[in-house]
Amino acid sequence: MNILTWLVIIPLLTITGILLVKDARQTKIVSAIGMGIQLIVAFVIVFMYVNLRKSGNTDEMVLMSSFEWFKSLNIYYTVGVDGISVAMIALTSLVVFAGVFASWEMEDLKKEFFISLILLSTGVFGFFISLDLFTMFLFYEVAVIPMYILIGIWGSGPKEYSAMKLTLMLMGGSALLMVGLFGIYFNSAPDGGELTFNILEISKVTIPIEAQRWFFPFTFVGFGVLGALFPLHTWSPDGHSSAPTAVSMLHAGVLMKLGGYGAFRVAMFLMPEAAAEMAWIFIILTTISVVYGAFGAIVQKDLKYINAYSSVSHCGMVLFAVLMMNKTAMTGAVIQMISHGLMTALFFALIGMIYGRTHTRMINEMGGLMKVIPFLGVAYVIAGLASLGLPGLSGFVAEMNIFFGAFEHPETFYRVATIIAVSSIVITAVYILRVVAILLLGPIRDNHFVGLGDAKWYEKLSLVTLITGIVYIGMAPLGLSSLIRESLIPIIDKLL
Amino acid sequence: MNLESFIIMRHELVLTLAFIFILVAEVFTGERNKEKIKGIAVVLFAIVTAVGFLPAATGSLFGGMYQASGTTTLMKNILNIGTLIVLIQSYTWLGRPENRDRIHEYFLLLLSTLIGMNFMISSGHFLMFYLGIELATIPLAALAAYDRYQNRSAEAGIKLILSSTLSSGILLFGLSMIYGVTGSLYYPEVAAKLSSVPLVVLGFIFFFAGMGFKMSLVPFHLWTADVYEGAPVNVTSYLSVVSKGAAAFIFIIILFNVFPVISVTWEKVIWVIAIMTITIGNLFALRQKNMKRFLAFSSIAQAGFFLLGFIGGNQLGMTTVIYYALIYIFSNLAAFGVVSVIAEKTGKESMDDYDGLYRTNPGLSITMMLAMFSLAGIPPVAGFFGKFFLFVAAAEKGFYVLVTIAVLNTIIALYYYLLVVKAMFINRSDAPIASFKSDFMQKLGLAICIAGIVVTGFASGLFEMIRNLSYGI
Repeated sequence: MNILTWLVIIPLLTITGILLVKDARQTKIVSAIGMGIQLIVAFVIVFMYVNLRKSGNTDEMVLMSSFEWFKSLNIYYTVGVDGISVAMIALTSLVVFAGVFASWEMEDLKKEFFISLILLSTGVFGFFISLDLFTMFLFYEVAVIPMYILIGIWGSGPKEYSAMKLTLMLMGGSALLMVGLFGIYFNSAPDGGELTFNILEISKVTIPIEAQRWFFPFTFVGFGVLGALFPLHTWSPDGHSSAPTAVSMLHAGVLMKLGGYGAFRVAMFLMPEAAAEMAWIFIILTTISVVYGAFGAIVQKDLKYINAYSSVSHCGMVLFAVLMMNKTAMTGAVIQMISHGLMTALFFALIGMIYGRTHTRMINEMGGLMKVIPFLGVAYVIAGLASLGLPGLSGFVAEMNIFFGAFEHPETFYRVATIIAVSSIVITAVYILRVVAILLLGPIRDNHFVGLGDAKWYEKLSLVTLITGIVYIGMAPLGLSSLIRESLIPIIDKLL
Repeated sequence: MNLESFIIMRHELVLTLAFIFILVAEVFTGERNKEKIKGIAVVLFAIVTAVGFLPAATGSLFGGMYQASGTTTLMKNILNIGTLIVLIQSYTWLGRPENRDRIHEYFLLLLSTLIGMNFMISSGHFLMFYLGIELATIPLAALAAYDRYQNRSAEAGIKLILSSTLSSGILLFGLSMIYGVTGSLYYPEVAAKLSSVPLVVLGFIFFFAGMGFKMSLVPFHLWTADVYEGAPVNVTSYLSVVSKGAAAFIFIIILFNVFPVISVTWEKVIWVIAIMTITIGNLFALRQKNMKRFLAFSSIAQAGFFLLGFIGGNQLGMTTVIYYALIYIFSNLAAFGVVSVIAEKTGKESMDDYDGLYRTNPGLSITMMLAMFSLAGIPPVAGFFGKFFLFVAAAEKGFYVLVTIAVLNTIIALYYYLLVVKAMFINRSDAPIASFKSDFMQKLGLAICIAGIVVTGFASGLFEMIRNLSYGI
């Protein structure tokens, strides 16, 4: 069987395993083993991919395989990867692995929690390997719906409201997306011939421009909802702050990337002419996302809200860069997806761990934590520095590429937008440093905090996994960016 | 015509035999053995269902009044499956002391409606169609009033009979106009002589209104909620699934076979009615607290989705209508099955009573969740595939605005389906429904539904098979 299909099968086997075991401890172990294997498989895929490229394989997609499914509608289960998707797969497996360890102390209905979490990851993996729009859409929805249960049962705060809001908004996005996909499908053979959902096949034809004008907004906005496109981002702060730790990690870290990934892999790649025509509208919206998200983060007092707004800002940057339609900016966009995925997962993991100790997420109720929980404190500082773009960590590489590429755009409008968006770097620095100062430095605010214990082994494992990724990308970005650059060529060629 | 050609009517014949057998068996069983009838009847009907799957002869009888084709056989088999599940689900309920003396009535009434539906689907002549539709409706009213000691049940029966009589009258009026123009009631002849004159259009509208009653399309839906709420749960599930499915089947057959000439007209009518049905059904479902009423309104909205397959007049449309009907049978019967089991064990029917159900009865809750997801069209369960293909069918003919409105409506629908999931999984209750064990037959009924919900979607072979038997205008 194709190694990519194992990415879907291993989670399903893990779920079966969880159903078979008896108690909570075994559940944890089965989940950890399953996701550990998944991590290994993901990196095996990365190495296979790199080796294939080294041996001179220049296919657009590699490791492909295809099974006929609904024959009369020409729907296939087609999988294949390029550099961008293997990078996303590696990211996902890292975050899921870290997420399992971050929820090691989950109490209530443990089995159900891990089953939903792993089911969600199945959807994400399936999405990244799919080359057929139908299967891609199917996996996309599989990834969204377990969120409702996960937030609703194990969340905190106004969890029922947040869960419903998040689910309905995301499914609303997928409803728009569905219409967009129909439009693509029925225009996939403008010269006659067979209609298809296959991305590679559709990319070879030019969808009539009238159809593109109609269906590009549907598709782009459909994905954009998941990528927190202003003004459809409002599910994100509520959803992320109510979700349990591992779910926030997975959702902000990986699921939001589905939006960015789909936006260029489907919407822009298949409908480049309309994308070029309408980019300006979405540039305005994403610029607002970037700046507004950062300002939003400044005024929040709840750690999770701060991070959720910062996610809006950073994910806005992904869409912003994608719309610039040049190689540098788009490379930056993909690196940003990965960098933000790791960094925000790290943030949410830390927030969960800090909350588990202090039982509050309000920054003004905490202070001086660095003295009592130094490991978590240092990890928080690293995450913060990555977020504000310190050289040597992943955030710098991503933002450097994005803004460099964006400013390359010859038109004044785009350059002005870039200048406005760049200001978010400063604002980011403000809210990150403010939190670090209040939360970690200074005197210990509350005597209860004195006796807090530092990170346990499983927490350290979770954090170190993510930090390794962040530092690796920051120190040696060339491997990743060359992986991405090669794969961007067909997309860029189509866009120009 | 010889005796052998009657084999074409195999579905109806086997059903009639089963009907007579139960009638006779009732006479010859003693007072103490009355309960055994239900076991016999269920087994008998399982055999009837199985016989339906044997390779069938096709052709027509009575000078074209009766027609059997691969399509009609398929539709009848789907209805048989639905009825079988309903019978299995009503097994425990029929064992109640107050139902003991009239178990056979339940089966007789149910089977006669099914015979009516079969004749209706196989009709090649409007009179045959009318006979079938009446045979399918009048016993249903008696069934709705089956709990005769409860006012609501009797009320449901009366409401059903009155509104269906009215709708039959309207339908007949429409048919008489069409007869007046074409001079025939045979489908092929009507189709050949039909033209787009105003009288035909008027006749068609009346015909549409009559069918709208049967399928409970807005604005002909007002009887639905009260009847569904008042009738016994199992009758409600039969009404909402099998009866509605049969109406959808014959409606699409007649639209495609008899009215292709005025397809421009019915496209417009269906466009408006579909949007109204989906939207209004959804909006009413939002605020329902009684599970039966809730499912009644959700099933109105679902009927609207069927119309998306009608509108294009394409082969894919008919395929997806049949495919979706099959999926809908499994999903809705799973939902009604859970409601019926809980009503049977605890007498509770309100959504608030379902709070915290997962912690006491996880199996039932998961079944209900799958049913809700399937009705809402969430992958990987079958409803997703059904809805997706219905939308594809409508989009194939370029009805993108309709598809967009329908797709956005699925979000409203998702909200109320999630409310049920929320009640069961998220809400806590001080007095949740106590943990209980379901009977074997209740489990069997739900297990069939779950298998159907999970498998039907992925089974692309099934979809292709249905497609091969479907046709467009």
